[in-house]
Amino acid sequence: MSDCMSKLVRTTADVMFLFITVFGFYIVLHGHLTPGGGFQGGAIVAGGFILLIVANRLEDFLKWFQKRSFQSCEVSGLVLFIGTALAAIPLGYIFFKNFLNGAGGLFGQAVPFGINSGILNTAGTIPIMNIAVGIEVLGGLSIIVLYMTSGIRSHEEGE
Amino acid sequence: MIAIIHILVLIGIIITAAFIVWQKNLIAAAIAFAAFSFLLSIEFYILQAPDVAIAEAAVGAGVSTAIFLIAIWATHDQEAA
Repeated sequence: MSDCMSKLVRTTADVMFLFITVFGFYIVLHGHLTPGGGFQGGAIVAGGFILLIVANRLEDFLKWFQKRSFQSCEVSGLVLFIGTALAAIPLGYIFFKNFLNGAGGLFGQAVPFGINSGILNTAGTIPIMNIAVGIEVLGGLSIIVLYMTSGIRSHEEGE
Repeated sequence: MIAIIHILVLIGIIITAAFIVWQKNLIAAAIAFAAFSFLLSIEFYILQAPDVAIAEAAVGAGVSTAIFLIAIWATHDQEAA
């Protein structure tokens, strides 16, 4: 673990990271229309970060992304999720009420009757909760592997 | 046509699972586990569960393979010595 992988692997990981990230956020944003959703898309984006962790040295990775940013990703995802659920109560609805659905604003377009190709700007608070779960899973799964790799390093230095 | 692909995927799952068990090299076993997980996600897709297939491909083939590789790097192989 002290040495990184070959230059071929590192360059491939750096290039593929962008495409994996874009595909993961596509899965998150289309969670209410196509298979997939917050957990699946977040796991794909976290897979891109884990590819960078495995291919590069840990010090190089920690120069690009800090541990605190993943922690704040996790916390802000959870706060956004429960905040969206609690925001229905001051508006006069019950907990977890889908108050944006059909309201005409953000994600509030009404779905036309019949077969259609899928309209992104629909479904109310469901896409917002998908985005919250995606951010939370991306931070959580990345920081598991990041702390595991850091644990190897501190254990080897301790011996 | 789909039945032939289905049978081929099932045979591949059995072959990769046997390879994981009988392989002495731990890195090769971890990579074979990734192949097993990928074939399992194709099987989920054939059985009309695309949601589970995406989760299996991301977590099984991506994250858990990286965790196995990090665990192999962190430990010493006593059986080969």
